[in-house]
Parts: sequence; C-alpha cells; structure tokens
Amino acid sequence: MNILARTALLLTTALGVSASMAESFPSTYRAPSTPPLLIQGATVLTGSGERLDTADVLIVDGKIQSVGKNLPVPSGARTINAQGRWVTPGLIDIHSHLGVYASPAVSGLNDGNEATSPVTSNVWAEHSVWPQDPGFETALEGGVTTLQILPGSANLIGGRSVVLKNVQAVSYQGMKFPGAAYGLKMACGENPKRVYGENHQAPSTRMGNVAGYRQAFADAQDYQVSWDKYNRELAEYNKKKTEAGSADAKKSKDKDKDKDKGDKDSGPPSPPKRDLKLETLAEVMKGNIRVHMHCYRADEMDTMLDVADEFGFKIVAFHHAVEAYKIADRLAEKGVCAAMWADWWGFKMEAFDGIQENLAMVDYPEHSCAIVHSDSQDGIQRLNQEAAKSIAHAQRIGIAVPPERAIRWLTLNPAKSLGLEDKIGTLETGKAGDLVIWNRNPFSVYALADQVFIDGALAFDRAHPAAKPRSDFSLGQSGTEGGL
Amino acid sequence: MKAMQSSLLSAWAGIALMLSHGAMAQEILIRGATVHTASAKGVLKNTDVLIRDGAVAAVGSALPASAGATVIDAKGRDLTPGMFGGLNTLGIDEIGAESSTVDSSLNLKSPSWDQQWRPEFDASTSFNPHSVIVPVTRMEGITWAVLNPASGDSIMAGQGAAVTLDGRYDAVLRGTHALFVQMGNGGARLAGGTRAAEFMLLEQAIRESRAQTAPGSGALLHTAGRETLARYLAGGRVVFQVDRAADILQVVAFAQRNGMKAIIAGGDEAWEVAKELAKADVPVILDPIDDLPADFDHLGSTLDNAARLHKAGVRIAFSGPETPQARLTRQLAGNAVAHGLPQEAALAAITSAPAEMFGLGATRGHIAVGQVADLVLWSGDPLEVTTLADQVWIAGSAVEMRSRQTELRDRYWDKIKAHQAR
Repeated sequence: MNILARTALLLTTALGVSASMAESFPSTYRAPSTPPLLIQGATVLTGSGERLDTADVLIVDGKIQSVGKNLPVPSGARTINAQGRWVTPGLIDIHSHLGVYASPAVSGLNDGNEATSPVTSNVWAEHSVWPQDPGFETALEGGVTTLQILPGSANLIGGRSVVLKNVQAVSYQGMKFPGAAYGLKMACGENPKRVYGENHQAPSTRMGNVAGYRQAFADAQDYQVSWDKYNRELAEYNKKKTEAGSADAKKSKDKDKDKDKGDKDSGPPSPPKRDLKLETLAEVMKGNIRVHMHCYRADEMDTMLDVADEFGFKIVAFHHAVEAYKIADRLAEKGVCAAMWADWWGFKMEAFDGIQENLAMVDYPEHSCAIVHSDSQDGIQRLNQEAAKSIAHAQRIGIAVPPERAIRWLTLNPAKSLGLEDKIGTLETGKAGDLVIWNRNPFSVYALADQVFIDGALAFDRAHPAAKPRSDFSLGQSGTEGGL
Repeated sequence: MKAMQSSLLSAWAGIALMLSHGAMAQEILIRGATVHTASAKGVLKNTDVLIRDGAVAAVGSALPASAGATVIDAKGRDLTPGMFGGLNTLGIDEIGAESSTVDSSLNLKSPSWDQQWRPEFDASTSFNPHSVIVPVTRMEGITWAVLNPASGDSIMAGQGAAVTLDGRYDAVLRGTHALFVQMGNGGARLAGGTRAAEFMLLEQAIRESRAQTAPGSGALLHTAGRETLARYLAGGRVVFQVDRAADILQVVAFAQRNGMKAIIAGGDEAWEVAKELAKADVPVILDPIDDLPADFDHLGSTLDNAARLHKAGVRIAFSGPETPQARLTRQLAGNAVAHGLPQEAALAAITSAPAEMFGLGATRGHIAVGQVADLVLWSGDPLEVTTLADQVWIAGSAVEMRSRQTELRDRYWDKIKAHQAR
C-alpha cells in the first residue's frame, strides 16, 4: 500500500468518516514505459555523499538499477556518452509557487494566498495549480524534477501543499507525486501580522501569531476528541448490534418483543460535523501531514519548536530560514531541516540578518539537514548556482563543501523533508530514474542541464529545442521561439 | 547638454573631493595580474598596475615600485575594473518593506487627472553612505551603482545619479544625472490606465517646459520642474523603464523627436527590435536572466536577449531587480555568457558599458592610465559564482573586506565550531 492510501485509510478509520472519501483527488501519473538507459563515463554525484569519476548509471524500468564503472550494456539499452559531463539526481525544490502564482502574474492567475482568514488549513494548493504555467518548463531546464507547491505566507496556517513531478499534464492530478504525503504550510512573523494587522484584524503582532497557531491546534484537539468519542460509541453500537444479532438468532421465538426494545434504545450515534480546517490539523497531529513553516528569525523558530512540542506535532522544515545559522545545533539535534536561499536578505526586517554562509553553517553539525529552496520562478532555474555561491563563501571561513556533499542540499535533504527519501533524492538502486546530465560541474555559473530524465524518460534535451516542453500558454505568442 | 552638466555640477553633484582618504597619496603596485582592461586592449597577462593618488598611473610589465609603495603579488589572479551594481536604490532604501527607511519614491497623492510631476525630485540627495548595504555590496567587487528613483504616484519618477561606494558623503559622481520615466503597463497604472496616456502626458509636460507663461491650474509641472525637464530636452540622459518591443520603439522615436538621449531599462523584448536600437544607438540595461512572461509586456522574454542584442551591435549593461542583491550583477553576466554572450562583452556590461552610458567612460569602467583606481582582484574567473573578491580598491584605497554580514558570520561560526568540535 502506498503512503497516500495508508494515510487515507488512517484518516478514514481515525475519523470514522465513510470510505467514499478514502482518497481525494488521486494521482493519475503513471511512469511511461522506457527501454533500459545506460549513461556512460560521467562524473557521478550520487546524492548519498559519493562522487564517482568516469562512472556509468543504468536505469531499468524507470528506476536506478546500478551505478559503477564499466557496467555491461543490457540488450536493447539506449546509451549516452557522458564523458566530461556530470550526472546528479534530479533536483528537488520544496518551496515553489509555480502554478499558484503563475506567469503571467495577472489577477486571473493570482491563486496563492487565501488571505481571507488567518487559518485556512481547509484549502489545498493543488486546487490552485495551473499546469500551464510556463515556469514549470524553465524549472525543468534547470534540472528540477520534483517540486512542492505551497500556498503563500499571508496566513498563519495557509493550507495543504502538493508534491508534483515536473511533467506536462492538462490537470494537476497528472503531475501529482504518487504516494507523497501532504504538507501543511504555516508562516511565522511579518507576513501574517501585516496582512491582517493592516485590516485591524488578528493577528497584528507576533504574540497574536502564536495565539493563533495555538488556538487552531487546540480546536483541532477538541475536534479529535469529539471524533474519538464518536468512534468509541460507534464501535460500542456495532458491537451491541452484532451481539443483539446473534441473540436474535437464538431467541427467534421472542422476535417481536426484542425487536421493539432494540429499536428504541440503540440507534447509531450521530457523527460530528466534518470540519475541513480541523481535519487537516488533526492529521498533522497524527503525523500524517508534514509541517513546512515559513520562518526567518531564529527566535521564532525556537518558539515554533515549542508550540509543536505542546501539541505533539513535528515541523519537518523551516523555510526561508535566513537566521537558521544562529540555531544550527538545535535544528540538527531536533532533526528539523532548514530550507534556505544562498544570499537573499534585507528586503524586510526579518531578513536583515541574512549571511552568505548560512547553508554551509547549517550543514556543518552532525545530523543536519540543509536545503536550497527557491520560492521563485527565477531562482528555481538555478538552484545549482545558489549552492555554488554558498560553497565559495564557506571555503573562505575554512568549511570545505565538496560537490558530493553540496548536491545533497538539492536532492537528498529536500527528499527527506518531503518524506520521499526512499523514492527520490539519490541514485541508489530502486529509486526513481530522475536525473540530470550537466554539461560540466553543476556548481558553476556556466553549468547547464543538457538532459533531464524523469522516471527514466527523457523530459528535456537541450540539443533538441524544438522538442522541449511548452505550455499551452506559450503557443502562438510572438517572440517566444527562442534560440540564437 | 553642456548647460545641463554645469548646472548639475553645482546644483546636485557637488565637487567630488578626492581628499577624504589619506591613503591615496600612497602608491600601490599590483604585480603579475591577469588584467581585464574592459577596453580595446583586452586581457593582458602577467601585467602590473601601478596606483598613485587614487588613479591608475601605469599599466605594463616589470613596473618599478617606489620606496614605501605597497606591493601586492597577484600571482596571475584576475584584476578587473570595479563593477557596476546596476540601477537600484542602494543607500536610499535600507529595508524595502520598512517605509521609514525608504526614500526612493515620491508620492504626492495628487489625483490622477491633476498630476503633479516632479522631474526636479533628485533621489540621490537622500543617499546615505553609512547604509549597511554599502559594505555588503562593495566587498563583492561592486564599486559603483546608479541610484534609480522608483516611480511613486506618477510615471515621472525623478532624477537619479551614479554614486561611488567607498563610504564618502559626497558620493554622487559628477555629470551622471539622469531622468527616470516609468513606461509600459507599470506606467499605465499611473497615467489613467493606458500606456497611450504616458506619451500624451509626456507631450503635455514638454509643452509646459517650453511655455513662457506661468503654470496654470491643471499643469503637470512647477517652474522648477519646467527648468529641469528643459535641460533634459537639450540632450539629457533619460532612462525609460520599458519592456514591450512596440513600446520600446515608441520610446526611441519619442526621445529622438524631443532631443533626449534615451536609455532603455528592462528591455525584456528589446531583442525583437535590436536592429532599430542599434541604428538609433540606444543602449539597453537589462536583466539577462529574465526568461518568463512575467506579464503581458514580457511575452518575448528569453535568456538569449543579451547575446542577441550584442550580436546586433546594441550597447548593453546588466542590472538585477533587488537593491540588497546589487552584488549579483556578476552572476547575471556569467549567466549571459552561459547563454551565448562573449565573455568580454559580459564583463563590459558590468564595467565599461554602463560607465559610458552614464558619462563616466573617461574616469571609470576600464583599467587604463588616468582612470580612477576602482579595481578588484579576484580568486578566479571574475564571472564565476564560486569566485570571490580577494581585494577591492576604490579610488586607490583598499576597501576593508568586512561588513555587518561578516560580523554576524564570525560571531555564530565561532559558536558552531566550538559546539561541534570536529
């Protein structure tokens, strides 16, 4: 059973809701069938910490079969000579608004923030995703094969995220990563307090923010209690009914008497009203939905770790963690990832303490989880350059980050934060054949993805611009033909 | 033009005194560098550069050092002119989201049918050399930038000028003033809802500036505004923020009709009218990584923009969108190279080309005898993201390679190191 189905089952059993809502909006993505693919003679960064020079990568049935030197060519395999080129796992961006804040940024496509109430855990980002956003194609050209689409940060609790494969589809279900758990977007700091405070609504302060998260989760606890009670009563009812049924069979002679009695005092309990907001939060507290939290300042991250402890949920990653370097040790100890830009800073007060060594300093402690994220339709095209800048600044203070370590910021670590490390993020046997062939060391301003594969299928080929994916929106627009 | 410049000199620029730094009298000899001259001389290997009194005194091999000169062994490292930080609000906006720290835009809140245009507004007068963004930016090799007033409540944003980033108060560089006008859909919102009205209002302002009678009711310009605009109509530098190809051609024709020296800023679709821009000799300051249809003015955005413009003979310079990230113009240039722009043209686009666009070609943007010694010694290829500035000099003074960010770094890195001890 995949994670999603398992989650759905947990949801139905725990909440006792009818099986008809078992899996809402299921993924329709199916990996295409592809012949074996052998990439030969590349410098391979496995994502699991290794660098292999002049190595081969074999993909069979869309999955990594093996990585090593001089692998035999399977019959019917397609081969690619990658000498002088580099191979990495497909890149993963856990903070994207592609599709929900699409290009062109017109009001008709402005679907990223349900900024009508500070807690909107009932909304799901996937219902805003416009699959025709041309930003998906340009991200693919930058080597991005998996992305998490989040609601914006206007709200304390902005709604569910969705994890997508970067493939073309008419509807988002065709992009939805099979088996990926949902995330919940939450936001610290200036954005929620500004958005609501300006309208003289709560929250207008950071203390108002924290009161807002706590009340929402306290309500969800009550909600869960009422469902637990209902489930208990339902179980008792069913038990009684079964017992009564077997008693009936025995006492079939006294049928008329018993029937009257049974009908009177043991009708089924009424279920509580479903509340989509609280349902999502209840699932968060059960560990079925993963919390991704927009939080710049170190002190606010500390506060949120305490809030999470109070309500028994886990924050898997702080995003835009501009001050993560101030609490790098605690984040590593708590097993919380920090998703960072290389050098964005200064555009608002909570971003004032940004430094260019953040990624490397957060990466330094044992058991750390440093991630490069974009939050940008531009930055997502160059995640490799973001990492490269951090490598250079780290070196200046004596931290050596070799390419085989830095690549984890773009692959394994984001996969971990999504709970997908058993499926993507490294080139280990059995994982998805998501990979990028770079024209050179990817940690360079001159590096370009030559080819990008998703589940072993060629998704982008720089040598064949005519065949590159183009959204419906790009068709027939003058001046978008590209190419020198 | 001449009238404008002399007036600018006294009115805005002040006199750029070169006395504030005692070190300037000293000689510095940089030995054995790979010198990127950003000029017709190209790249000179194993070359010495002598700095005296804040200027480049000699470029050659085996230059003699006088007694007391500071000698730096470049060991073949790359030496470039100090780089251009783009059009931005460095030192006039400290934190974009905090209005108390923002001085780049004028909002008089006049109704749209009775706009008060203030070309006399000069954003460079609010420049604060103590901005923490200044050291953050210059230690990355950026030695100058052009202050760009943001359009507030009219398309006439006002004037800006180039500033040096060595921390002096009199940072505005003489003869660099420019007028900034917001066109395209960004301007339409400030011009009654249509881009056509941008030209209508500009024509009205031009008539007013030439009128002999006192400004009446409904006029766009005050007397000071008339005088300012009139100077720009006599060959002044006017930066038009515009992206759509059709709008660019309208702007070029408009500027030609009215005696303005146009610079296109933005120019995402400029490649579509590259021939016309080359013919009119109108330069473009662009962000070469813009490749998405951000809105309906940017449908033709492509990573090939810079390479195509260059190939067509259009002068180009690079500018990114974010003031705190002015340090990243170098990364923009590297990306342009990855997408077909020759290396030397990319370096020129962040050194000599913008210097020439803003009237600084004779003093900045190149490495040549007589140029102000704004120089950067790099750890590697100057356009590569893994390269850092090893040392920056502005007007011959070595810049302290520290900033508020390195202070924060050192404070917390020491803690992490102590805790992890591995």
